[in-house]
Amino acid sequence: MNYWPLAGIAIVVLGFALRFNPLLVVVSAALATGVLAGLDLLAVVETLGKAFNDNRYISVTWIILPVIGLLERYGLQQRARAVIEGMRGATMGKLLIAYLAFRQITSALGMKDIGGHAQAVRPLVAPMAEAAAAKTHGDLPDDARDEVKAMAAATDNIGLFFGEDIFFAIASILLIQGVFEAAGYPLAPLELSVWAIPSALCAFVIHAGRIRAFDRRLGRAQP
Amino acid sequence: MITYEWLYLLAGAFFALWAVRSWTDGRRGNAGFWALLAASFLLGSHLSDLVNGGLVLAMVVIAGLGRVKRSDPPTTTPVQRQQSATRLGNRLFLPALIVPLTAVAGTLLYNYTPLGQTGLFEARRETLILFGIGVIAALIAAMVWLRPPLMAPAEEGRRLLDSIGWAAILPQLLAALGAVFALAGVGDIIGSIAGGIIPEGSVLLAVVVFALGMALFTMIMGNAFAAFPVMAAAIGIPLLVEEYGGNPAVIGAVGMLAGFCGTLLTPMAANFNIVPAALLGLRDQNGVIRQQVGTAVPLWMCNVVIIYVGAFVLWN
Repeated sequence: MNYWPLAGIAIVVLGFALRFNPLLVVVSAALATGVLAGLDLLAVVETLGKAFNDNRYISVTWIILPVIGLLERYGLQQRARAVIEGMRGATMGKLLIAYLAFRQITSALGMKDIGGHAQAVRPLVAPMAEAAAAKTHGDLPDDARDEVKAMAAATDNIGLFFGEDIFFAIASILLIQGVFEAAGYPLAPLELSVWAIPSALCAFVIHAGRIRAFDRRLGRAQP
Repeated sequence: MITYEWLYLLAGAFFALWAVRSWTDGRRGNAGFWALLAASFLLGSHLSDLVNGGLVLAMVVIAGLGRVKRSDPPTTTPVQRQQSATRLGNRLFLPALIVPLTAVAGTLLYNYTPLGQTGLFEARRETLILFGIGVIAALIAAMVWLRPPLMAPAEEGRRLLDSIGWAAILPQLLAALGAVFALAGVGDIIGSIAGGIIPEGSVLLAVVVFALGMALFTMIMGNAFAAFPVMAAAIGIPLLVEEYGGNPAVIGAVGMLAGFCGTLLTPMAANFNIVPAALLGLRDQNGVIRQQVGTAVPLWMCNVVIIYVGAFVLWN
């Protein structure tokens, strides 16, 4: 077997580790992998162009930016902070744990488009978490604020990944079904999606615990 | 019938407008980058694969030279924002809710009522198309309600888009890399290596290698979907299901979730890990991943236990 195409993976790992521009890293890896697998350079460029073109739907979602930007112009982030400041007993820990549960449950019901980084985290969840953390722990240094925002984004990801597979009509469940059916094991989507529940519960317990520990650590770091 | 092509024309028009505004703002690099992306969206379906590949390479050169930069279009001051936030109150959230509500409620209506038989939308494409419709509805609602200057949505959108910069096309480019990897047979090579390192007779070790392979290959590809068929064909089906008699539903479902733990750990999953770091203005590009490590690693172990107990101990 020709192991040379794996050099593309090495380029990706090294390129990211050395912090080259990721677009350059990805295209170099694609060209190297194709050529080392014995393909013609132009054929690799053609494959790349065709696949980029076929996947344009991924970048369509940026059309939401004018809506979010326009609302930010009129104080969307400030309003999100004000809502939290007006709540008694709202801590960052409680807020993010509630969002984790909300994201997992709505994703499990097939509503994964309700959250997301551009639509929900940047305009709402991150400013709310920052406001709640500042309310409990006082003004935070820049590093700690970045950590709070990053934790808000992480919570969105974890809620989505470990909620969505409980909904049976989703791409990953259909992919599992397709792969097993091709191998002679017909499975119903519902049989698969119930087995996403134990992992979803583990995800909630582990991540909620980490959010609480993070909130406590922020409190200790402040005088 | 409304197809993805309509969305591509809509998004292409947005990118073209951003390119023009970048040019008049004196940001040539940004203008070129967004113009090339606009060309891909508006004309891509009619161009040859080679020309589309050329567009990609040109965008990557502009980004690689560091020519895509943040921009600073005129906007409101923090004080003005605070005042209008107080004046407008929680109604500010309503336009933002139009988009997900249109996408979710529309998808449900389209799939569970006779509306679906009208064939209005391209099959299985309705959610993203409804998302586009929701964006237009939210824009119209916000414009009518707030009455900002006519160019304000374009300029505010450009401010956000330029804060994401070249990372905006990274997820799409990674999907294209996956296609090249598939053509070069990278999956088959990984599968044969993973299949070759398992010791005979240990069910638990085979489960660990399967789950580890899912996580690692997902980290490399940035996507559990690319890893799943490879690991299922190499270990999941021949070894865990056929030789050791495990429950295929558990091995499939939880194997995929072990891969999702890998997604939390890799910059290759750009739309989940790198794009939000840019959107939130984090100084550390890997800041989101750092917050996810502590959850992903123990959660991966849970998935190993769930496969072992659910597919073997309870099943036999």
